[in-house]
Amino acid sequence: MSEVKVKIKDLSVIYDNGDGVRNIDLDIYESEILTLLGPSGCGKSTILRAIGGFNKLTGGEIIIDGEDISQLPPEKRPTSMVFQSYNLWPHMTVYENLAFGLKLRKISSKEIESEINKVLKLLKMEGFEDKYPAQLSGGQQQRIAIGRSVLLKPAVLLLDEPFSALDAKIRHQMREELKRIQSELNISVVFVTHDQEEAISISHRIVVMDKGKIAQVGTPTEIYEEPVNPYVASFIGEMNFIDEGDKFLAFRPEEVEIVTNDSGEYPATIEHIMLYGHYSQVLLRGRHNMIRAFVPKTNMVDIEEHMKVSFNVTKIREYEKEI
Amino acid sequence: MKNSLNERRIYLFKYLNLKRFYYAVGKKGFIEFIISIIFLLFFYAPLINAGMLAFANQYFYPDILPGEWGFKWWEFILGRDNLIQSIFNSFLIASLVTIVSLLICIPAAYALARFDFKFKESIMFSYLLTNAFPKMGLYVSIAIIFYKFNLMGSYLGVIIIHVINSIMYMVWLPMGAFRSIHKQQEEAARDVGATPLQTFFNISLPMAIPGIAVSSIFTFLGSMDESQGTLLVGFPQVKTMATEMYAIIMDFPITAGAVFSLLLIIPSLIIIFIFRKYITADAIQIK
Repeated sequence: MSEVKVKIKDLSVIYDNGDGVRNIDLDIYESEILTLLGPSGCGKSTILRAIGGFNKLTGGEIIIDGEDISQLPPEKRPTSMVFQSYNLWPHMTVYENLAFGLKLRKISSKEIESEINKVLKLLKMEGFEDKYPAQLSGGQQQRIAIGRSVLLKPAVLLLDEPFSALDAKIRHQMREELKRIQSELNISVVFVTHDQEEAISISHRIVVMDKGKIAQVGTPTEIYEEPVNPYVASFIGEMNFIDEGDKFLAFRPEEVEIVTNDSGEYPATIEHIMLYGHYSQVLLRGRHNMIRAFVPKTNMVDIEEHMKVSFNVTKIREYEKEI
Repeated sequence: MKNSLNERRIYLFKYLNLKRFYYAVGKKGFIEFIISIIFLLFFYAPLINAGMLAFANQYFYPDILPGEWGFKWWEFILGRDNLIQSIFNSFLIASLVTIVSLLICIPAAYALARFDFKFKESIMFSYLLTNAFPKMGLYVSIAIIFYKFNLMGSYLGVIIIHVINSIMYMVWLPMGAFRSIHKQQEEAARDVGATPLQTFFNISLPMAIPGIAVSSIFTFLGSMDESQGTLLVGFPQVKTMATEMYAIIMDFPITAGAVFSLLLIIPSLIIIFIFRKYITADAIQIK
């Protein structure tokens, strides 16, 4: 993870209506999964499509393996993209879909066949060669689309919310599949999602985006533990905030320790308890607002609803208020 | 066993009674039944009539059935020198018109479906306009230009007239077909290494083929059928089946016309039969 694969320098892509991304600087390393995370309209897909060659740059440059590819059309770039849906060509079989890019590269049909067999094995989809896309499930279609991309041995694989059209169970399976495929092939992946859970579970590094700008770049742990501002803090996972006049105090629900007497730092009343299996969510009415706490099931014996308690916080983050 | 079969037959006949039928299917069903009968008569009665008259040696209005049956007029029509030539001309012109129209209209349809440019709406409207004018007036004004360019009485002139007629559906139907292709499917092709042209020929065109096939069939059949413009621009040098039809119904009894109209139907039937799998509501984007 040391060598820089893709270097994005001062990238701007601005649409006619003034939206877009401005002055983005980002390095993508060899064989890492980098996730662009943010709400819709934050510009994450814009950056991905700019790398893939589908968005014209307003300014800046994109360098892959030391070569400036900013002005190349998509077909000349060493990138390959998987879209959210409608990736496959419905009039071609799975085999023809996979072979199309290789045929354009004038590779012999014998070699194409062996490459495709290898990829189908990697995807665990042997025997699907002669099926048409309409005969596959949504998850299978996305797997074939990923296969079609990796067949071309791209310098960087671009994934634009590839699993968001799938249902929850398949989505989880696909994440694991993607991690497995990535580690077997050892390629660089840029992944776009608005799902913070998905981002945390698959990424080596996460780029949190806010309104066309990068808010924070870091490993999932860094982003979760040390969010740089309240926006990132509230976007990733659950976060409690206490307004202290000129600053915010922030802490995670699992960092709350409830004590049954008034020896804790903050007094509170238990409003509501919800059992989630191996832990419970406890809603506390604090001095200013509601506080959410996650309590392991072993610690749940001596608290009940409407009880007066107090709590300590094991880790606290402070954010200056922006005026 | 035999007895019960007989009983069932009687049972069935009992229900062949309009009043029983009315109450059995309900008011709505009954009205639908009547309307569909009227439609069937409306569409097929003239056809059946033509089929009957074609095999009449003698027929006098207002009789329903012909006075004498026979193949007299078939011999007459098939014996005409112009027949084979006109069939050949019709097929030649219709094929060329379809090819020329495809070459002109498919790129236009793709451009209108995919790209934004100035005056797009008015260009699309102008295609409608050519079909909104009274045809004869349009042909006469075209004829004036054709005289200048020496196109009167030429095959080229007739082909140009037919292509103009086809432009509207040759642009509109394929445009709908191109629009229904998802942008990602074309982008994915660019992504794996296809140039814009390769993408068009390998992805967009094959996916739009059903819509293009339907409009091509319309164009082909429309050209086979076209007589006004052909008569005005091509007469008397260019003779097609449709213009021959005019000559026959002007100069001979309607029984001759009936024979010829049956002959005219044959190519259409063959083409519709060959391309039946493409002629669906799906292909012309009626959903």
